[in-house]
Amino acid sequence: MSLMILDKGALAPLVNALMADYRVVGPQAKGSKFVFGPITDPAQLRLDYNTTILPPKKVLQPQQERLATFGLQEPQVEPVIEAEPTVLLGVHTCDLHAIRLLDTVFSQDHPDAHYLERRRQTVIVGLECLEPCDENSFCKDMGTLTAEEGYDLHLTDLGPAYAVEVATEAGEELLARYGTANEAGEADIRRLNEVLSAKWPRFSYRLEFEAAELPSLLATAYEHPYWEELGERCLSCGSCTNVCPTCYCFNVLDEVNMVLTEGDRLRRWDSCQLDEFARVAGGENFRETRSARQRHRFMRKGRYIYERFGESGCVGCGRCIRTCVAKISIVEGFNAIHGSPELAKV
Amino acid sequence: MTTSIYAPMMARLVAVEQMTALEKLFTIELPGGQDLGHDPGQFVEVSVLGVGEAPISITSSPSRTNGTFELCVRRVGDVTNALHALQPGDKVGVRGPFGQGFPVEKMRGKDVLFAPGGLGLAPLRSLINQVIDERGSFGRVIILYGAKRPEELLFRDELDEWVARDDVECLITVDRGDETWDGHVGVITTLFPEISVHPRNTVAVTCGPPIMYRFVLMELLGKGIPETQIYLSLERRMKCGVGKCGHCQINNLYCCQDGPVFNYAKIKGVEEAL
Repeated sequence: MSLMILDKGALAPLVNALMADYRVVGPQAKGSKFVFGPITDPAQLRLDYNTTILPPKKVLQPQQERLATFGLQEPQVEPVIEAEPTVLLGVHTCDLHAIRLLDTVFSQDHPDAHYLERRRQTVIVGLECLEPCDENSFCKDMGTLTAEEGYDLHLTDLGPAYAVEVATEAGEELLARYGTANEAGEADIRRLNEVLSAKWPRFSYRLEFEAAELPSLLATAYEHPYWEELGERCLSCGSCTNVCPTCYCFNVLDEVNMVLTEGDRLRRWDSCQLDEFARVAGGENFRETRSARQRHRFMRKGRYIYERFGESGCVGCGRCIRTCVAKISIVEGFNAIHGSPELAKV
Repeated sequence: MTTSIYAPMMARLVAVEQMTALEKLFTIELPGGQDLGHDPGQFVEVSVLGVGEAPISITSSPSRTNGTFELCVRRVGDVTNALHALQPGDKVGVRGPFGQGFPVEKMRGKDVLFAPGGLGLAPLRSLINQVIDERGSFGRVIILYGAKRPEELLFRDELDEWVARDDVECLITVDRGDETWDGHVGVITTLFPEISVHPRNTVAVTCGPPIMYRFVLMELLGKGIPETQIYLSLERRMKCGVGKCGHCQINNLYCCQDGPVFNYAKIKGVEEAL
């Protein structure tokens, strides 16, 4: 829509003003790492962060949420939608792509009002990555080093100021109401283009082939011996799926109060890497081995989600690689399979 | 008023019948006596509030609604154990119906061969009774039912009825007999040599424990029934019923959305299916 310039000195007042009317969530330090968390003081906001432990999906699909409350004396159910006006600040482009996928997942077929209402009430402010977060990310391969949509406002650090791309009416209103930004001049646009083109050489490719080949590569790799190797190493802890910005699988369970009069039906993150994920009540487990579960994760990230939704299930953020205590790397895995396709066909 | 795909309707248990040591038949009425509107082979998510929710196939035929529907439930997990403790008049939560049922229209004019094993009779019964109620629009009706032991046979009254009918060929076997049993003994596949079919004109439908499928499929294919004319109803942990939670995924398919009834030709290359 338009390009504005926000002086860095004007950021704290903007955040302060937002805090009065919104839950503001943004990147902040936690020990030596960063997390998305509620901002209660603009000084907490760390737009210089590299990556966060958990992705911003937790703002849209919390680790736990109530789907309904119920009474037990006269059994009845009341749906609950937990949503509040939120500004999600400083979302890197890989995560913007991931949120767009979640939007598709939760709006397709049976629309999920719990997610969608929270999403509707969330204004997203993206943040252009100008430096690689570390050696684990492979956003350049996955085409997520930039994002053309999925945000209301998008910031690019120009040094003394941020360039603010205004992408939606909600973003425009937010900026006009809470911030003091000026329209970008020609010099600003030139500077922005310089900054954007200068960033590309700083990022390297890690995938040894085109990401577009992933679905067809994996379609031939079901019997590949690599899955057995992964099964030997995987500890089945579920960390990789918890930190994944596109993993949305969940469990639903009931919790009852102490006096057994009422309770909540809750939704919690779940993981296909856990032993019981595909087990049915009779005891049969349809994905019993760790190798089968890791294969399922790789297939979802590289193939199934693409086949179902037309978008990649992996955005190359590198979080699963960073977090894995067994040092399982999805990008190395993709490369290993690509490097020995003859093994895949047996 | 918010609407949520996860909020169940509160339905009432009209009748509860003990069928075997492990299975009970629940007759359920939706609020205001509204019709569930299901296809045979579909399932519902049943809640016992405070305990949780479980996917259960609908065992009653759409041709026999009467403002109620039936679920045949084995007591095997938390929710089903809690369900077994309920009495007529008690309330349960219901969501659904969900999933793809049996393609009844494609079966009209054809011979229909049913091969349920054990509790697999529950989902197939919804179709069997519809076929019987619309008997004239189908060819032969063949039912080959296997259970482990005589006391585990489900729907005994209806089995007797099917056996007695001239227009239904119903053979029943048990893996192990006892002193009360003078019928066929052997696993379900031992019934197949007893019947001959016109393979091109036969549609086969099967459901049973996971181990059973490959053996029944071998028999069906051995009789020359085309892969495209074989349907299977599969069990998975369908937690949400609406293609979101991921628990029931079979490779790239969701059992709750793409199934639970699958055409064999379409899933034979899907590695995790069978």
